[in-house]
Amino acid sequence: MPGPLADLTILDLTEYIAGPYATKLLADYGANVIKLERPGGDPSRGLGPFKGNSKHAERSGTFFYFNTNKRSLVLDLRAPEGRQVFLRLLDGADIVVESFRPGVLDRLGVGWDAVHARKPSAPLVSITNFGQTGPYREFRASELVLFGFAGEMYSMGGQDRAPVKMYGTAAQVESGSAAASAILGAAMVGKWQGVGQRVDFSLAESHLLGVDRRHATVIGYQFSGRKTQRRAGAGVALGGVYPCADGYVELAGGAWFDRVIEMLGNPAWLRDPKWLDPVAQTDPALIEEFEGHFYEWLLARTRREVLREALQARAICAPMFTVDELFDDPHFIARGLWARAEHAELGAFAIPGRPFLMSDSPWELRRPAPLLGQHTAEVLREAGYSEGEVQALAQRHIVEVR
Amino acid sequence: MAHLPLHGIRVVDLTGVWAGTFATMLLADLGAEVIKQENPYLMQPNTRGRRAHLTKAMLQGGTAWGSGYPNNEPGPRPWNYCPTFVQLYRNKRSFTVDIRGPEGMDILRRLIAKSDVVMENSAPGVMEKLGITYEWLQGIKPDIIFARMPAYGSSGPYRDGRAMGVHLESMIGHALLRGYPDLDPSNSTATFVADYTAGTQAALAVMMALWHRRQTNRGQLIELSQAESAVPMMAQALMDWSLNQHLQSAIGNRSLDGAAPCGVYPCRSPGTPEDSGDHWIAITVGSDRQWEALRKLMGDPEWARSGDLVTAEARAQRQDLLDARLAEWTADCDDYELMHRLQAAGIAAAPVLEASRALDDPQVLARDLYQPQRIYDDVGVYKYMTPFYRFSETPTGIHKPPVAFGEDNEYVYKEVIGVSDGEYARLRAAGHIRMDFDESVP
Repeated sequence: MPGPLADLTILDLTEYIAGPYATKLLADYGANVIKLERPGGDPSRGLGPFKGNSKHAERSGTFFYFNTNKRSLVLDLRAPEGRQVFLRLLDGADIVVESFRPGVLDRLGVGWDAVHARKPSAPLVSITNFGQTGPYREFRASELVLFGFAGEMYSMGGQDRAPVKMYGTAAQVESGSAAASAILGAAMVGKWQGVGQRVDFSLAESHLLGVDRRHATVIGYQFSGRKTQRRAGAGVALGGVYPCADGYVELAGGAWFDRVIEMLGNPAWLRDPKWLDPVAQTDPALIEEFEGHFYEWLLARTRREVLREALQARAICAPMFTVDELFDDPHFIARGLWARAEHAELGAFAIPGRPFLMSDSPWELRRPAPLLGQHTAEVLREAGYSEGEVQALAQRHIVEVR
Repeated sequence: MAHLPLHGIRVVDLTGVWAGTFATMLLADLGAEVIKQENPYLMQPNTRGRRAHLTKAMLQGGTAWGSGYPNNEPGPRPWNYCPTFVQLYRNKRSFTVDIRGPEGMDILRRLIAKSDVVMENSAPGVMEKLGITYEWLQGIKPDIIFARMPAYGSSGPYRDGRAMGVHLESMIGHALLRGYPDLDPSNSTATFVADYTAGTQAALAVMMALWHRRQTNRGQLIELSQAESAVPMMAQALMDWSLNQHLQSAIGNRSLDGAAPCGVYPCRSPGTPEDSGDHWIAITVGSDRQWEALRKLMGDPEWARSGDLVTAEARAQRQDLLDARLAEWTADCDDYELMHRLQAAGIAAAPVLEASRALDDPQVLARDLYQPQRIYDDVGVYKYMTPFYRFSETPTGIHKPPVAFGEDNEYVYKEVIGVSDGEYARLRAAGHIRMDFDESVP
């Protein structure tokens, strides 16, 4: 069964994390994504981890993960002939996605005016740090700057310490996940209604206007005058992070505390109705009483033992696993989360597979992330270039053929 | 005039809590008619609020995002303006029906017959108990798209597991990869990445299924495990283990890719003495050239001239020193002013923004990100977030402010389902049609 998007062709000029993740999600479900790389390649080929820990453009684990199922064509858009190649590829494509700074594509001569003149039904989706307009449109960002400014970082950590971010590029993965629906939405209007348009997608706005709490702190402040405080935990009464025999677990009591009582085996000390009273639940004396018993229960159990009892009682209590434990976890193995990848430079290895299951048009790892320029000749031939023309373009360094 | 991408698509929204309501909000933003089914006799905790009925005492001491109700009062119908959830009800319709009995299920069946998509994110078993299965839906509408978003999935040993975003992130390994490297994870604050990724990807999956249906005339069953959808946020750590059997650990605010310095540094900002402390600027120096520019900005101090700091590799070895020195320099600066100076020099920087300041930020204002709305229960006019989709020809926006519980009962029953006036009166008398939760609901 082919993926649902088999008839969608995307010219993908995005680089680094968010844009490539968005187009990977579409490529993984069948879209024909042609990754147009600058000479030298997407700079994310230079991001670790590298296989064997030595820096090499074809051994980046980061590049691999965010570029599966795409084909790579190396094209020099700074050359006028490169622009001609781009426009010919556009004839066979449905949509263009890019992540350059505002204005760069126009200066290269392949901005909105050129795209729209050549193919009126093709949308141009631009993914930038702060958007195409406004005083910050040219500003640089990093994961830290993006999440610090637009995400809910201010609240994260302890009051006596500096705010602390999430792992790695988690915020950009959130943004890419949102951008994928913007791309597909624009493609629907292009393919179904014949109307191309510009889409201005801002990474900062995907957080300011997203759901990882920033939206709620902004409206909550207006409603109540409450400002954001930095404090540890999840804000659920009788809950939070607790140690057990071999690590930590995260517990939610609060409105679900009846199930915690069940998980603990309905002991006599938990029979008082105060334990289910939402006001009493926030009383420090009650919390201390709970923790005195709970620590004892936890320290007699491993994370897996706690999980087993939580599942039985349907309590909201999860172990903290490490990444190697996740790869070995029986649940995710049984569900088939992991896919097997093979790559010329990286060998054979496991990667997270489908993000969701579709019964009639499933996810498929059709091809690994491309080597630089691996598909230059193939894609150009599909666009009608002869063998000789491809060679001539390569000789003049307009394209690079692997 | 072109239509929004999902114009003409009707979604029956059986979701709750955060991820599901976010997913259906995105579909509504993109033009679908999203009809939220609500039950006056049942409230899943954390759907439209921690609980339906609140007292003022329950709100004391809580966070802005959890307990910051208008004027710090629960008001007569707190489920309509809980700060955590209210904004996710924009652009939607809401109607009430008690689907625990055959009469209510018949109403739901008649709605589904006129719809394209059904979405839910209850724990596995909850829908089955009500009789809502993919087969049942197909019997009503053969090309229906049914999207389910269980926490861990409908199969496997954890299928009955209950979780919120923060628990999923513990399970899949994010909790141990973030936070302060010198403190244990009990010092971290919960994040809800899984709600974000599950919501965006469930919306995406439904759009893919609609794309597929247009070609094949077939609907399908979508299952998105919220835990699995969040796994890619740790891509680098996963690849490091898979390729190198190297286990990463928390590095706080530092860069995975060796950019140095990279951190948050104390700043001043305008305001009362109480407000002006605890402000921070995030700075990432991404290249040696940017380091040169930063040195110049700082006035080329003696310590920064060291040959030991010229390359990123060398700076990465001396980050404690760099952080301490930079903090001394930033401590007397205004955060916004410093952002402009650093950005002008080509260095990525911005304040770590406390939420109340986001409303006045020049970029936020220039792009009109928050817009004034008055909701059905008039608690005042406040600025609500707008959609993050900016399309030039099919503009999205808030075309309907966050919907109150049961606000569209007349529309949904009479115009969509086709219920007669007499039947409407009877269903109302039977308790299906209401604008409040029953007193029996906590």
